[in-house]
Amino acid sequence: MRGKDLLKRILQIIIVLIGISFLTFLLTYLSPGDPVTAMYSASGTTPSAELLEQTREALGLNKPFLVQYWDWLTGCLQGDFGSSYAFHKPVVSLLLSRLWPTLKLALCSLALMLVVSIPLGVLSATHKGGIADYIVRFFTFLGASLPNFWVGLLLMYVFAVQLGWLPVVSTGQGFTKLILPSITLAFAMMGKYTRQVRTAFLEELNQDYVVGARCRGIKESVILWKHVLPNSVLPLVTMLGLSMGSLLGGTAVVEVIFSYPGLGNLAVTAISSMDYPLIQGYVLWIAIIYMVINLLVDISYGFLDPRTKEAGKR
Amino acid sequence: MKRLSAFVKKNPSFTVFLILALCIVAVAVLAPVLATHDPYEAVLANAVQAPSSEHLFGTDKLSRDLFSRVIYGTRTSLSAALCLVCIIMVLGTVLGIVAGYFGGAVDAVIMRISDMMVSFPGMVLAIAIAGILGASMINAVIAIAAVSWTKYARLSRSLVLKIRNRDYVAAAQVTGSKTGYILYRYMLPNALPTIIITGATDIGSMMLEIAALSFLGFGAQSPTAEWGLMLNEGRAYMTAAPWLMIFPGLAIFITVVVFNLLGDSLRDVLDPKS
Repeated sequence: MRGKDLLKRILQIIIVLIGISFLTFLLTYLSPGDPVTAMYSASGTTPSAELLEQTREALGLNKPFLVQYWDWLTGCLQGDFGSSYAFHKPVVSLLLSRLWPTLKLALCSLALMLVVSIPLGVLSATHKGGIADYIVRFFTFLGASLPNFWVGLLLMYVFAVQLGWLPVVSTGQGFTKLILPSITLAFAMMGKYTRQVRTAFLEELNQDYVVGARCRGIKESVILWKHVLPNSVLPLVTMLGLSMGSLLGGTAVVEVIFSYPGLGNLAVTAISSMDYPLIQGYVLWIAIIYMVINLLVDISYGFLDPRTKEAGKR
Repeated sequence: MKRLSAFVKKNPSFTVFLILALCIVAVAVLAPVLATHDPYEAVLANAVQAPSSEHLFGTDKLSRDLFSRVIYGTRTSLSAALCLVCIIMVLGTVLGIVAGYFGGAVDAVIMRISDMMVSFPGMVLAIAIAGILGASMINAVIAIAAVSWTKYARLSRSLVLKIRNRDYVAAAQVTGSKTGYILYRYMLPNALPTIIITGATDIGSMMLEIAALSFLGFGAQSPTAEWGLMLNEGRAYMTAAPWLMIFPGLAIFITVVVFNLLGDSLRDVLDPKS
């Protein structure tokens, strides 16, 4: 990616971020619920009308909408995302404490998914039309139709409740708490990736260089694993970038099921308790992370596949 | 009749899946007939009973008959998913056609908004919107629609751009056809088949998203019979009453499978090229 394109992309990202932040801010402003009332009712007190008014004043909630947005935005640019209403802590420290667990979970499930999907996709492609192909395709179809929260519940029931091999709630320390949530998340993605590997592999198998290599008597396994595989997993890189983004957001459901202390779980709590600064911070953070990851993926593509670099120069 | 049997012979898989989908629709329509009990009636003496001949799928914590609730849940899930797909189809197609036909500033605004939605994980925004608007089935549908229409806008825009500069469109313009008429008679029919196929394949995934929002508590509210919500209510009783989470999940799974297969086979029928 050339410097000019990069600059354009970064500019685009900034515009999208401003749009997203404005939208969430507008939504919380228009929302029918009153965060101040919610704040007090959460702590169990019934506040007087004056106290409500005072708190609103202190939080800056009675200023005009655009002024509120401007104050918040300039705060964000200085690294101050405000304070959570419910936890009475800075939003930044709350999000930071939850970021690593969610990243860990996302990376684990991606790794697990790749370990299963690539061999299955290759198997399915090399045995096209055979029994193995049918079985693999049947399971990839199942993966797309099974709700991931149900898969999570079933896994929990079998491995945690019935067999007792793994913890039911993933709040504790250690590696075991990651296993069931990662499997649940990986299961939902497997279908898509296996199909992608299969299609890409079949396409590569028809290329002339494969025929050439076969004619020269090179071992079939060398052709498959050394020549065809690297070429056919390249498109996966872009998909992985997109998946990483939707994983960061999509882990919410799985995190809630397993009581996993991640970003998604925090966001659901924040939304239920009308903790607006936390919701706004969360949405903006996810947007930033998602777009930075995808930018990095696009940049790395030039290194992984020199052809795209050449095309860019021309 | 002859043509019908010829069609069935030519598209056997589509016919089978269509019949299965119609069966699911029939379950939703005939819910009062099929249900063995009132899905909302609570007789506390019968709480959390295992499946039996009296209660086919057992009873939940409020002793409501699970079988009847699953049957009635078909209504909620199916109507919400179909409404949602219709909304995003109409909204996305209209905006896409307008953007593609008029171009310029209109196009720029619509497409930049859609870029914004694409460059962001949809589920996060849907959860935020649904949560902020207040938890209800209608708000869940609005939330998912707000983040899902862009796909249809892009699709119909690209289809319109393909024919925008054809001679027959220019002919319609110079002979004084009204713009609305051109959009309706020339642009829309070109985009429609692709849009319908996409819509049909989306029903299943939209159902999953609605169920997911309900599961998180941002969709249907109790005591509504909705599968996602039932799973959420049932998971607290996992050890004592696993049937509470098995049957609603199974219902979601079967329905989504049938509609996914129907969508795929509809593509084969309408678009034999691919």
